[in-house]
Amino acid sequence: MDALNGLMDGFATALTPMNLLYACIGVILGTAVGVLPGIGPAMTVALLLPITYNVEPASAFIMFAGIYYGGMYGGSTTSILLNTPGESSSVITALEGNKMAKAGRAAQALATAAIGSFVAGSIGTALLVAFAPSIANLAVKLGAPSYFAIMLLALVAVTAVLGASKLRGFIALFLGLAIGLVGIDGLTGQNRLTLGIPLLSDGIDIVVIAVAIFAIGEALWVAAHLRRRPVEVIPVGRPWMGKEDWKRSWMPWLRGTAYGFPFGALPAGGAELPTFLSYVTERKLAKKPEEFGHGAIEGVAGPEAANNASAAGTLVPMLSLGLPTNATAAVMLAAMTGYGIQPGPALFEEHGDLVWALIASLFIGNLLLLVLNLPLAPLWAKLLRTPRPYLYAGILFFASLGAYAVNLQWFDLALLLFFGLLGLLMRRFGLPTLPLIIGVILGPRLEIQLRQALQLGEGQWSTLFSEPVAVIVYVVIVLLFAAPYLTRLVRRTPQEA
Amino acid sequence: MTRRQLLAMLALVSAPLAGCGVTRGDDSGPPRLRMMIPNRPGGGYDLTGRAAVATMEDTELTKRFEVFNVTGASGTVAMARLMNEKGAEDLLMTMGLGVVGALYTNKTKYKLTDATPIARLIEESEGVAVPADSPYTSIDDLIADWKKDPGGLTVGGGSSPGGPDHLFPMELARAVGIKATEVNYTPYDGGGDLLAALLGSKLDMATSGLGEFTEQIKEGKIKVLAVSGEKKITGVDAPTLQEAGIDLVFINWRGVLAPPGVSAETATTFITLLTEMHATPEWKEVLRQKDWTDAFMTGEEFGSFLKDQDNRVATTLKELGLV
Repeated sequence: MDALNGLMDGFATALTPMNLLYACIGVILGTAVGVLPGIGPAMTVALLLPITYNVEPASAFIMFAGIYYGGMYGGSTTSILLNTPGESSSVITALEGNKMAKAGRAAQALATAAIGSFVAGSIGTALLVAFAPSIANLAVKLGAPSYFAIMLLALVAVTAVLGASKLRGFIALFLGLAIGLVGIDGLTGQNRLTLGIPLLSDGIDIVVIAVAIFAIGEALWVAAHLRRRPVEVIPVGRPWMGKEDWKRSWMPWLRGTAYGFPFGALPAGGAELPTFLSYVTERKLAKKPEEFGHGAIEGVAGPEAANNASAAGTLVPMLSLGLPTNATAAVMLAAMTGYGIQPGPALFEEHGDLVWALIASLFIGNLLLLVLNLPLAPLWAKLLRTPRPYLYAGILFFASLGAYAVNLQWFDLALLLFFGLLGLLMRRFGLPTLPLIIGVILGPRLEIQLRQALQLGEGQWSTLFSEPVAVIVYVVIVLLFAAPYLTRLVRRTPQEA
Repeated sequence: MTRRQLLAMLALVSAPLAGCGVTRGDDSGPPRLRMMIPNRPGGGYDLTGRAAVATMEDTELTKRFEVFNVTGASGTVAMARLMNEKGAEDLLMTMGLGVVGALYTNKTKYKLTDATPIARLIEESEGVAVPADSPYTSIDDLIADWKKDPGGLTVGGGSSPGGPDHLFPMELARAVGIKATEVNYTPYDGGGDLLAALLGSKLDMATSGLGEFTEQIKEGKIKVLAVSGEKKITGVDAPTLQEAGIDLVFINWRGVLAPPGVSAETATTFITLLTEMHATPEWKEVLRQKDWTDAFMTGEEFGSFLKDQDNRVATTLKELGLV
């Protein structure tokens, strides 16, 4: 039971008053940057790198881990309250979360997000302790063909959320895919749809698009109808989760964790894919699927658990292989090397105390975040009782600040307005917004994986089936397509007989 | 109640913002220099630029410095800003080989050679790495196979076309008599993804700086067949290309530029400043900590080095049809 002893020593290190203070600073800072769209945990950790010269390694990492987990928590708050996702991984949360908030259930949405994140973060961290080295070695075996298949699955699953009109859904999806093409083509160096503007050549930041379509589009829509429609008063709901809410939340938490952790551990997995898959799964499994689109608590619980579990998953390849799978992990890795600590399989032996302190602080950080966020939920929810003109003015301010913070370029503000207008038009013509966002996120990745697979396979299409995981995923896709027909067939047979 | 919550929220929000325009030191003294970084916080240029600024401030060679990031198009946006601030006497920019290529692939009207060269600071050798289970044990084996079937050997790197990891295999191919257009190069999104592909044996070879792979090399999870610089790298058991009989030296470097049209005195002041910084023990310590190779070079000498680099990059990219 070396691991258990290590963990106990880790708690001893992490629970010293000084380190506890660093953990507190970390989670508060992390929540704050998660709340603000544009500034993510990666940038925050990068800007705090200089402190590593003056601070003990353990303390610095405890703080960085707090920022990372805190960012995952904080992103959900603005998604739910203001329909303004702070990070791309909390885009999905905005869907049902904001609808819940409008129905006076903001407190429940925030609570299920906070508790779900806590559950997922804790389970994820426990899995990290148990399986770190073995998972990491499996994770690198997956290549471009498998990723392509998984992303295709996500895209196919997404057709389920296309909305009432498939035609409108596909229009929105393809708009999103087209926006995703903007920028320099990574393979050939050609500019695509950049109109000769160098600022477009890195592509358009997903946070800018999501905030524009969701928040600005809605603010404009509301403004356009402000005088004609009676003021909708947001009802004041109960401050805490009821029995029913718990009953409907716990399974999505666990399923979300099951999606999030492995995707976090995969080199090209990320936090967004598992939130999509979790959302679609919950929608399929829900007892009251008609509630989806009008504020179903499952649609918040699942994706929120998924994005936090993926944060824990990310640490697996980082600690055991020295392999960063996202920007935050990359910056943390840079900090480690700054201390002269080389991550990798030897890390647990050479710097065991540090690793265990880090892992222990993840548990502590998770608890701190729950304690910090849960009592705040009813308070945040009251914010929505601000009169509408002020509330939307606040949202506009907040959205602009966030878009500007991404790159500190005025150009992003112009983009924000442009896509905000697009969001308004989409609402005017009844186009669903989610397929567009998913298209923007998945499109470029799908393309990269497909072209990488083909290039490494010397242009042979058969290479797409060269990995077992890929084949399994294709079978799942076929089953998904065939399922409605099969069930119909099975149901009909007894009647005919 | 609501107002108090709003205030609390604003306070929460402004905390990270306050950290954004990171400036250090005290507020007194008028001539405050600005250091522009052409990529995001945490990137290579960012680390170099901020380390140099920190050294200058800590040793009190300068008072306060403002460090700011201008991201976009692999440094092209920052370069445009440098050109637009023609004659600005308080601006410096950290840049490197990647920016040279980006100026071409983005088809900008700006020329690298218009800027005022101040100093080259550090360099990094590129390496030719293969997965642990690769059949190749020497660079000669690899090159022999590569010549037989140039397109059949997959090459991966951490930079997009025009970046160092892309330029190096192209120059290597040309040096051994393979057409650059035949190289099957796949760009990966940064060192992490490339490392994953190497560990998972998805590539025949990877061209990359080796700094991010130190531990994996030590543990034998990655084999390095050759390094591209003039000297071997300590801790890496691989010959230089020249030792292996290939006539090519390729280095990835980082340095500092000033805008075009600055006065001769200002240029001299900057050169003196960086020369003094280079001489401090603090900078030596930074180099040691970050494992950077000192490659200090200033003014005219750096200027002609830039011209040479510019030509090399242009030749390679022209051959590939990217210019």
